[in-house]
Amino acid sequence: MTDKRVVRPEKPWKSSPKQRLVSALIFLGAMLTSYLLVAATPMNGKLAYFLVFFFAFTLFDFIFHYLTRGIALAKDAVARAVVALGISLAVAPIVSILATVVIRGYKGIHLSLFTTDMKLNSVSDPIDQGGLLHAISGTAILVLVALLISVPLGILTAVYMTEVKGRFVRPIKFLVQAMSGVPSIVAGLFILSAFIYPITKAYSGFAGALALSILMIPTIARTSEEVLLLIPNDLREAGVALGGTQWRTVAMVVVPAARSGLVTAMILGIARIAGETAPVLLLTGGGDSVNGNPFSGPMGSLPFYIWKSYAVGTEESVTRAWAGILVLLVIVLVLFVSARVMSERRTKS
Amino acid sequence: MILPASSQLPAKREITTKPRLSDRVFAWIVTSGALSSLLILGLIFFFLTYQGFSVLRSQGLHFITGSNWQVILDAAGNIDPKQTEFGIAAMLVGTILCALIAIVIALPISVLAALFLNFFAPPSVKKIMVAVVDLMAAFPSILFGLWGFFVLMPSAEYWAKLINRYLGFIPFFQVEPPIYTRSPFIAGLVLAIMVIPIITSIAREVFNQTPLDRIQAAYALGATRWAMIRAVVLPYGRSGVIGGAMLGLGRAMGETVAVYTVLNVVYQINWHVLLGAGGNVASMILLKFGEAGPDEIKALMAAGLVLFLLTLAVNSLADLIVRRSGGKGR
Repeated sequence: MTDKRVVRPEKPWKSSPKQRLVSALIFLGAMLTSYLLVAATPMNGKLAYFLVFFFAFTLFDFIFHYLTRGIALAKDAVARAVVALGISLAVAPIVSILATVVIRGYKGIHLSLFTTDMKLNSVSDPIDQGGLLHAISGTAILVLVALLISVPLGILTAVYMTEVKGRFVRPIKFLVQAMSGVPSIVAGLFILSAFIYPITKAYSGFAGALALSILMIPTIARTSEEVLLLIPNDLREAGVALGGTQWRTVAMVVVPAARSGLVTAMILGIARIAGETAPVLLLTGGGDSVNGNPFSGPMGSLPFYIWKSYAVGTEESVTRAWAGILVLLVIVLVLFVSARVMSERRTKS
Repeated sequence: MILPASSQLPAKREITTKPRLSDRVFAWIVTSGALSSLLILGLIFFFLTYQGFSVLRSQGLHFITGSNWQVILDAAGNIDPKQTEFGIAAMLVGTILCALIAIVIALPISVLAALFLNFFAPPSVKKIMVAVVDLMAAFPSILFGLWGFFVLMPSAEYWAKLINRYLGFIPFFQVEPPIYTRSPFIAGLVLAIMVIPIITSIAREVFNQTPLDRIQAAYALGATRWAMIRAVVLPYGRSGVIGGAMLGLGRAMGETVAVYTVLNVVYQINWHVLLGAGGNVASMILLKFGEAGPDEIKALMAAGLVLFLLTLAVNSLADLIVRRSGGKGR
């Protein structure tokens, strides 16, 4: 005699269909309440709907849990609703921002945007004239020069904190943190007072890149430090056991092992400064034509172009500003996603 | 057999703990690279002081306590040092006020969001949300500025009117004359949106450090999730969250472009947060920079120095608090 019954394991942590139905009913009930209340009372607007819905939902949920499972779980249900409100308030702006930029910037996007500059046009011209080639190339040059300055310094700082571990590890950690809090306008004023007034006496892309690297170094240093800390100590020991000096071990074992992580650090650094506006406004002079030389002549850039178009305030120029923001946002998004993909691959392997 | 003389053996290697020349050079280069942060911060302080010194000396303490900013030229077109006044009190007060509004709004939202991400969200939701919040931290500030000006400001004005109507008896919320545009409240809202991702990620890190055994002990005693959070997570993470909020405060005080677009800079100390008149050191620098003559630029440098020292102080304190409570800081 064999028992044909199949024993189904219970999964008490999963909600049953009945529980799901009840929570759906509570949700619907709260929506209905908000609709009725807003219609019946002088309240109006999206804000009123949202608030009434939230309070009604929390209240219904509380009552239901209180009746079926007691006060402790009812409180838990309220907490769940409140933290859900928190996260939705935190991410609501990003949704609105993305939607706004895409909807408003889309109108200003056309192909010649990427092949012409604003040498012959003003920002109030119809949108299909002129472009932002000068701004894109300028931002690329600024970022490149800033990278050349800040990558060595940032990575040396990280290597000092993880490999050399000298006397100053704690103070330098503190200083890097302090440096990441330097307001961007102060970095701009500093380059103005230390570089432009005493030395060059003219705006240039290089001055802008100097200010940007001040903002970039802490980002690169901190991310690289985190990456280097993840390299297993076995690798270092193996390098030293093979007779390598510390210099050889770091240069041929540790840094190559952390290569993709260091690239991530660079990408995050670029994303940090690509849209930085205040120092660019103060230092680069913002030309309207393509300028490939960072050491002389005004240099355009995306933030400057956006700022200038926004400040003029005509319909065309504002559309231009949104188109510029869309381009900038796409650049930042691509950088961010690639950094994320790379770090994900690293943690998997 | 006796081994031949030592000449046939390789010379004994000297065993030493002294680092070789290559290592000494390496350590030296790395150390000097790492000290660049000290050098840069020192240079910032030095040059801003150097440029702003004449203004700071002629204005004295009045530079921080006065609220007038007027450049009076004499007949020859030079600056008249007797009548010219540079005072940034209104700007300083405005900076702190906007940043405080931002923190008051952002802190509860961030803590709740961090709690959701760490303890309530299913893994798939958590992964997406964390990426979204981190992405928001990478948005350029000019984006927040334009969005705040074109999209948020109309709604925020309406909210300000509601607050004024129902809470207007509180002196803070009085608005006289009724101008609601470009108020510190709206600037604070934009700043809040900018610092929410920063505070959220620090709060998440701090909450992550909660010892697992205590969490499990709370559950084993029959606590619900909320009871566990209240009994274990919040007490454990409190100081870290406070430090994170201060880091956000420092960031909010130094923000330039986003505030510039949504704040009406007025040279008068204003505590009425809904009234469309505020101050901000960074915005003021940007505003005045365009038309400033050489002496006014010096005054702007001095204002930059004050802003630098202010954010440095707030940041360092915050860093100290965050580090002591186990978070890594941002």
